[in-house]
Amino acid sequence: MFNYIMRRLLMIPLLLFGVTVLIFLMLQFLGPTQRSALYVRDIPRNERVLQGVIRKYGLDKPFYVQYWRWLVGVTDEKTGKHEGGILFGQFGYSRTASEPVIDIIKRRFPATFELALWSVLPVILGGVILGVVAAVNHNKFIDQVARVFSILGWSFPTFVFGLLMLMIFYAELRWFPPGRISNWADAVVRSPQFHNYTTMITFDALLNGRLDIFWDAFKHLILPITTLSYLNWALLLRVTRSSMLEVLRQDYITTARAKGLSERRVIFRHALPNALMPVVTIGGMMVVGLLNGVVITETVFNYPGMGKAAADAALNLDVVTVLGLTLFSGTLLIFANLVVDIMYAYIDPRVRLE
Amino acid sequence: MASQDTIERKPDAPGRLERLLGPDFYRMLKGLLTNPLSLSGMALLGLFLIVALAAPVLAPPRPNASPYHIPRDGFSPNPKQPGTEWRVRQPPLPFWWKPITHKDHWVHLMGTASGQWDIYYGVIWGTRTAFKVGLIITLSVATLGIFLGSVSAYYGGAVDMVIMRVTDVFMSFPFLLAALTLSAILAPVMGKSLVPPSIALIMFGWMGYARLIRSDILSVKEREYVLAAKVLGATDRRILLKHILPNAIYPTMVVASMDMGSYVLSFAALSFLGVGAEVGYADWGQLISFARDWITNLGQYWFIVIYPGMALVLFVLAWNLVGDALRDILDPRLRGRK
Repeated sequence: MFNYIMRRLLMIPLLLFGVTVLIFLMLQFLGPTQRSALYVRDIPRNERVLQGVIRKYGLDKPFYVQYWRWLVGVTDEKTGKHEGGILFGQFGYSRTASEPVIDIIKRRFPATFELALWSVLPVILGGVILGVVAAVNHNKFIDQVARVFSILGWSFPTFVFGLLMLMIFYAELRWFPPGRISNWADAVVRSPQFHNYTTMITFDALLNGRLDIFWDAFKHLILPITTLSYLNWALLLRVTRSSMLEVLRQDYITTARAKGLSERRVIFRHALPNALMPVVTIGGMMVVGLLNGVVITETVFNYPGMGKAAADAALNLDVVTVLGLTLFSGTLLIFANLVVDIMYAYIDPRVRLE
Repeated sequence: MASQDTIERKPDAPGRLERLLGPDFYRMLKGLLTNPLSLSGMALLGLFLIVALAAPVLAPPRPNASPYHIPRDGFSPNPKQPGTEWRVRQPPLPFWWKPITHKDHWVHLMGTASGQWDIYYGVIWGTRTAFKVGLIITLSVATLGIFLGSVSAYYGGAVDMVIMRVTDVFMSFPFLLAALTLSAILAPVMGKSLVPPSIALIMFGWMGYARLIRSDILSVKEREYVLAAKVLGATDRRILLKHILPNAIYPTMVVASMDMGSYVLSFAALSFLGVGAEVGYADWGQLISFARDWITNLGQYWFIVIYPGMALVLFVLAWNLVGDALRDILDPRLRGRK
């Protein structure tokens, strides 16, 4: 186990290096003028000032010099002020939001995290339960229904499903609005009496004892959670079902049944734990995917998370911002995958020995 | 304790068709044609193919205009309901319209989106876009993946190391976000068209194929006939192209064909987010994105979502139905089982 973790950890710097190189390469599609947004808030209009900025930050230097400066930043010789440097979290300035990209991440990430937290349970539990039910009733009516349901979900684009949800539950019934919070509740959240412990509104509302705010924020979460659940269930159901079917054919299941164990015990004690192996991988990947900001779901429901920020920036061709967000997501993904892999190795000893 | 399944059954003597097509291909074809789900998938695909081929008849384009450019009926921001008559610069009437309806005025069969783009026209010609995009992306992704994967597997050692680490790096990005980023970068450089999002999806889509073909080649590489070819002095390129690839490429091709639906879906997602083709291009994702302006009135303007959305869902569903059946047929663990 120790060896496995070490090997896996050694990969991390390599991957991080690769990710930065790839992002840097994509930055090279921009001219030096646009790239100055990495270091200054507003790109100067005046040509002479602009040339000064380009010289100062070495945006016309060879690419390895630029890469290094992009990593560690530039220190002003006169003022001693340090600017830029992604290692210090300076991802540049957003042209469209006119603020540092890192501030966008700080503001938007809690929203994405909140949505991910609320979605994890329904997504994973629902998918696994449906998969088990389908497998246990193999080739019966329930199984066929589950199968059609899964293929349908797999074929449904997130944005079409989301828009249908909005059409029914917002435009027609007025139950669940898009966005993150209603105006009146937003005013309360921003007021000095309301303490922002986590900047995740639902949890802050509970900690402040404001159930009305909690309910308002939660109402905004229901449709995105439903959309994410339904679409992820399709995949999870399929994986759980086939893995469960595979396990149910094993000899030890026949043995367990022959011993006279109840069917319930056979399924939950003997079959399910073994069938969950591939589910852990897929489930882990799903959770990581949720954390990374679900671009489409957030865009459809106008939910102000990381994904929405990226989509908005991309729409306005604000490349420095999009790349900053992608860099953050990529880094997050690398570490999250590490956690998933280690967890998996812990559960399944075969992985460690590979 | 042998279960019933493991008892070998004598295979039936191969028929003429089976000998002609080879056992693997024959089994695949037979499986596809006997499974009701895949049959309905193929029927749907056939329908889409007919619509795509017959697009100029179903929705004639304006003369001297690019057929992929949706004609618009004025510029008003408010969508019009299905069945409203054309008012400004009506495109030519399709020949079947008059005999059926006895009217000589063309109507917006599926209404218009904001900006008066005709939804019916977009849905019909969008079918061509979907096939085009799906085929090109799938083929390119598979080719790129197969090339990198096979080079990696055949040469092994340092080459393998480098290519596989590059694969890992590309896999460290969330797929859609990375594709979104790259299309936003390429759009100003190459102009807005189908090309930037396609390139973006290809660049971040090949890794799975590379890994798959690599592992298949690694298992084929050690076979005697490869060794024999080497002894005979065949060049690397010849061995790889003539002896190894044909024997290893099969599973990758199947996976690629099953992914067609999901690439069309990802492309539509990028269009929906606004980094697809230029505004007014006949493309389902973009048509649906017009609905974003009318979230509060979706009950009234349902047709902006429903018609293009239905086309997209059915198209992807058709591919997935066929793909799902293929997977069952080709899964060796399920072979010979009921």
